Amino acid sequence: MFPFLRIGPLLIQMSGLALLAGLWVATTLIEREALRLKLNAAAILNMVFYGLLGGVIGARLIYAVQHASIYLASPLGLLSLSASTLDPIAGLIIGVVIAFLIGRRQHLPLRLTLDALAPGLAVFMIAIGVANILSGNAYGSPSHLPWGIYLWGEYRHPTQVYETVAALIILLIWKRTSTESRSPGVGFLQVVALSAAARIFLEAFHGASSLWSGGFRVAQVVGLIILALAIYLARQWRKPELASSEREQSARS
Amino acid sequence: MKSETARSPLNSDRLTMILVAILILGTVWTFISRASNPSSPQASRPPSPKEGFTAPDFTLDTLDGGKLTLSELRGHPVVLNLWASWCLPCRKEMPAIGEVYERYENEGLIVIGLNLTSQDSRSDVSAFVQELGLTFPIALDADGSVRDRYQLLGLPTTYFIDQRGIIRSVVVGGPMSEATIQSKVEDLLQEK
Repeated sequence: MFPFLRIGPLLIQMSGLALLAGLWVATTLIEREALRLKLNAAAILNMVFYGLLGGVIGARLIYAVQHASIYLASPLGLLSLSASTLDPIAGLIIGVVIAFLIGRRQHLPLRLTLDALAPGLAVFMIAIGVANILSGNAYGSPSHLPWGIYLWGEYRHPTQVYETVAALIILLIWKRTSTESRSPGVGFLQVVALSAAARIFLEAFHGASSLWSGGFRVAQVVGLIILALAIYLARQWRKPELASSEREQSARS
Repeated sequence: MKSETARSPLNSDRLTMILVAILILGTVWTFISRASNPSSPQASRPPSPKEGFTAPDFTLDTLDGGKLTLSELRGHPVVLNLWASWCLPCRKEMPAIGEVYERYENEGLIVIGLNLTSQDSRSDVSAFVQELGLTFPIALDADGSVRDRYQLLGLPTTYFIDQRGIIRSVVVGGPMSEATIQSKVEDLLQEK
């Protein structure tokens, strides 16, 4: 665990730095994959940029809406650099919606664009794992296994390491299968499905899962739904008539 | 001639079959790996300076000559601010902390300014507190034991602790805006 780096008066959050580095590698791979798929790489990177920007602004605004009277009285609080006053789930949804709308406006073919985003997603999952290793977040449940790590007062499953390794394997699988001939969008769905599968299995070792009644872990149930949806969509998107219409749209754009 | 799909050991069809198998196994795994103690998972965790854990306890002398024990404040939301008089962001955010304390004191909020006295001068602490007219208790960590227990990484660090003594939010670095402090305090008060 190495959460902060102090340089003079500056206190740098190492997990944030890991996410930024992950973002940089992710956008590089997205650009490369977009060019390989003969897509407009600049338009896709614009879409990613505005999606991220909109996500961060949206996360702050939704947090502020939840504390409306406070932020109406002190609107400058909206400019705070503190990540603790963001609503991450809302930010994720808003970012995805904004990226989707910008993609549509720029006439990007949906499924091929998703394929271009696939390696970026896989790399960003690795960056999240590394960020969690550095911060000690997403810690595991108590464990007496020989590879347990001492964290937050107990020996625990190194869930952050499990997740990083899983994300790395997913990236390697994507790399291995990316050049094979397949319908547009299926490569992206594979990354999503494998990430959901990793979540379903690894969440059981987490020390701070959000729970539903009966002790069901929210992340596992959501992972199952995403996995089922990804498999279903992959079957649909393999239909030849859909694949050819996507390629025609790509050629037009 | 073999097709591309047939040549690859990890082709899409095979991967789909694997994913369907994972979906079935995952459903079973989700069921058997349910949490055994869903009602109060925090209760079994050892005290640690982390969100979701009980705040590590301490007893310290205060600037006005009294004693303060964190665990005796259960039943009240607590803002624990670790600071030093030489730390610029600590000085900058302290007026906002003071204002929030005065606004919510009647609703049961307790603010502790935990000074790292082992790295500070008591006279500087007194002068700063008097200069700002701070009315909340200032606890003095004279031997640095609380700093070590809280694994302090940077100043200022602020812990927002609920009425059960569980840390709900940690803000490392500063200065925090008044809106940030107030929103965290309102979250704590809403849990009451």
